[in-house]
Amino acid sequence: MEIIRPGINLDFVGKMKLFAVISAALVALSFLLIVVRGFNYGIDFAGGSLLQLHFQKGMTVDQVRDTLRTINLAESEIQRSESDGDFIVRIPSSDEPLEQIRQQIVGAFQQAAGEQGVELRRAEQVGPKVGRDLSRKALLAVIWSALGILVYIWWRFGFRMEFALAVVLADIHDVLLTLGLFALTGKEVTLTVLAAVLTVAGYSVNDSIVVLDRIRENLRGRPRDPLDRVVNASLNETLSRTFLTGGSVLFTLIALMLFGGDVLRDFALALLVGVIAGTYSSIFVVAPIVLYWPWTVSRRVGQRPQPSKTPPARTR
Amino acid sequence: MRRDLRWKLATIAVVIGVGVWFTFPLGQRMNLGLDLQGGMHLVLEVEAEKAVDSTTDRLAVEVTEGLAKLGIAGLEVRKVARDQLVVKLPEAGRADAVTEAMKAFASLVPGGAKGGTELTYKLDDQHVKRIMENAVDQALETIRNRVDQFGVAEPTIQRQGARNIVVQLPGIKDAERAIQLIGKTARLEFHLIDEQHSVDEALKGKVPEGSEVLYERKVNKQTGEVSRIPLLLKKQVLLTGDALTNAEVRIGSQFNEPYVSIEFDREGARRFERITTENVGKRLAIVLDNTVYSAPVIRERISGGQAQITGSFTVEEARDLAIVLRAGALPAPVRIEYESIVGPSLGQDSIRQGLTAGLIGSIIVVLFMLVYYRLSGLVANVALALNILLLLAGLGYFHATLTLPGIAGIVLTLGMAVDANVLIFERIREEARLGKPPRAAIDAGFARAWSAILDGNVTTLIAAAMLFQFGTGPIKGFAVTLSLGLLANLFTAVFVCKFIFDSAIAFRPIQRVSI
Repeated sequence: MEIIRPGINLDFVGKMKLFAVISAALVALSFLLIVVRGFNYGIDFAGGSLLQLHFQKGMTVDQVRDTLRTINLAESEIQRSESDGDFIVRIPSSDEPLEQIRQQIVGAFQQAAGEQGVELRRAEQVGPKVGRDLSRKALLAVIWSALGILVYIWWRFGFRMEFALAVVLADIHDVLLTLGLFALTGKEVTLTVLAAVLTVAGYSVNDSIVVLDRIRENLRGRPRDPLDRVVNASLNETLSRTFLTGGSVLFTLIALMLFGGDVLRDFALALLVGVIAGTYSSIFVVAPIVLYWPWTVSRRVGQRPQPSKTPPARTR
Repeated sequence: MRRDLRWKLATIAVVIGVGVWFTFPLGQRMNLGLDLQGGMHLVLEVEAEKAVDSTTDRLAVEVTEGLAKLGIAGLEVRKVARDQLVVKLPEAGRADAVTEAMKAFASLVPGGAKGGTELTYKLDDQHVKRIMENAVDQALETIRNRVDQFGVAEPTIQRQGARNIVVQLPGIKDAERAIQLIGKTARLEFHLIDEQHSVDEALKGKVPEGSEVLYERKVNKQTGEVSRIPLLLKKQVLLTGDALTNAEVRIGSQFNEPYVSIEFDREGARRFERITTENVGKRLAIVLDNTVYSAPVIRERISGGQAQITGSFTVEEARDLAIVLRAGALPAPVRIEYESIVGPSLGQDSIRQGLTAGLIGSIIVVLFMLVYYRLSGLVANVALALNILLLLAGLGYFHATLTLPGIAGIVLTLGMAVDANVLIFERIREEARLGKPPRAAIDAGFARAWSAILDGNVTTLIAAAMLFQFGTGPIKGFAVTLSLGLLANLFTAVFVCKFIFDSAIAFRPIQRVSI
């Protein structure tokens, strides 16, 4: 069976400028969203309390809020879980001892629903210090993995900066787009989401590498061809794989999203966006950088694209 | 050629054998994370500087007693800061004698040049550092004792960083009670009640020098109502829980009320006897963590070193109190910095959901590979199954903990694992299209795809390693499963698949690859 027919020859390079502009615009938009709207940080980062409560008898959001009002916590964020009807209550960070906050809340609901009527299914409480510590560590993890990948690619691709740069920029593109979506939708950014984002970073690199690997190979194998033709051929040759792998990862992610429960839903969502962005960027971010890197062509003397051979789109 | 295959077969057989060995029985090999089996995860911060406070307090008493031997009337020792105390002399003339006597206290160094009739002493920095260091170590030890006596299966209690302690109690049912037990400072003190002054006056703000107001907690048995009764206590600590050797729950014969019976060591018994002898008729308050449990009247001299702590206890409370008293007080209070409690039912839901998602995800991938690549797809699926087996074996070998993100990691591995095979198979197709015979096409396909597979896996491993380095519990679990999956993938998707292709061809020459 074949989905992408062999010998396919789409003119990627011809449309490259358009897509480069689109990519840049998307990155800029995401960046703007992140800066302007900011993230809805989960308690892992911001500190605070999250309690998941299960009631024997049905309760409405209003009833839950009324109960919280008795202990002056009516302003808490109350959310009803779609899968099991549990209530999730979020309370921002405060100076009170964590165990006291939990006791107060559980106590109030026990009074409202009876000792047996309420079950504390999950409690997560983070003091402000831990949250700060975690944010610092998360940032370090992102920076170090980007650096590690940069150095590795640089080494593996014969110390050619444009390859390493292409990988890392595609990576940043994917991560920013993923984070941008979280800023746009206001979905909670938790530690689990961060793990997903770092996985996106790893996956994106993997995807870019496949394309770059083929460009590297074709540069060696077709020494007489101009750069743009080599790049275009490489993109077409790896297109089938790009779609197949992207597809199979996408399927598993959709399964996670639909059946994995509340905790994994946002995790899968972040990965889903990241994988789509990663698949796109492995073509439309990686290729233009290799193509337009100013020092590439001059270093490959004799292979400078001849005007006659260049596809029309490249000469405007 | 055949010998080469035989070696590979042997290698694969051994790997599968080892894999099966470490994977089964699944239940024993795999630890479920707290998010899956339910339980509690606490990060406590030891307020170690408070241990410095109490050391200075204790030294103030010791210095007072030491200087009393000099026979200087009107001498006064006062703690003025966390690590500082001042010796106040009635007249400047005796300063030399005091300075000389103070040399017996090695941890105190003269500091601050107040001169005249006031001599300032400070705990030296080395000592302060050691006190704080010891406080954390000792708190760790004490908490471990308490948890052991409480009886929890497989607790983890570790130090983390300079002053944090991590406590993990898997499967614990009554998290609330465990937190009470762990977090209690359990500083037991005996004070005399100040009967010369009235509590009411003190409550209005006129607290007499050397006394303080503390509250007694009383529970009304009928209504369950908790009331707090103020009491005026002398600040001086007559005896502390350090002098205890044992504490046990007993049931009172009169009202069937539980109480805690405590036993002092020799020195403690002697002091307790002296206290009771000197203060017959006065009230002695038993104070735990600044709450008065009871303040009975001393009726007669008590020798033998036994005493009782009564109060409004339930049997459970009395039992827990006995545990904390036996295990000893924390050298400094602890504050909960992070707390995560997962009920057992939620954990089961998570497992079920994770497994469902994993199963559906893998069925889709397996069917897809089969339809798209036919026989070769079957080979890839065999490799995929082996990949999962090795991943589980790796988890079993490291006694890794399977968390919810960890399950997600396994599911994700499924999706990414086929990438290597897709790369290889696409390449084989390409080579075959160029007209190469099956053998050559297969060899070229594997050889050419290798560099991309390696680079891709290594970079994802770099990201996973950073996740492991900087992540916490569940995230670490995710990083571990992802890494193990990728490592296993290099073996199964490349080595095992190549072996199957090679042996198929060696067994029966083929005209066309089913791909």
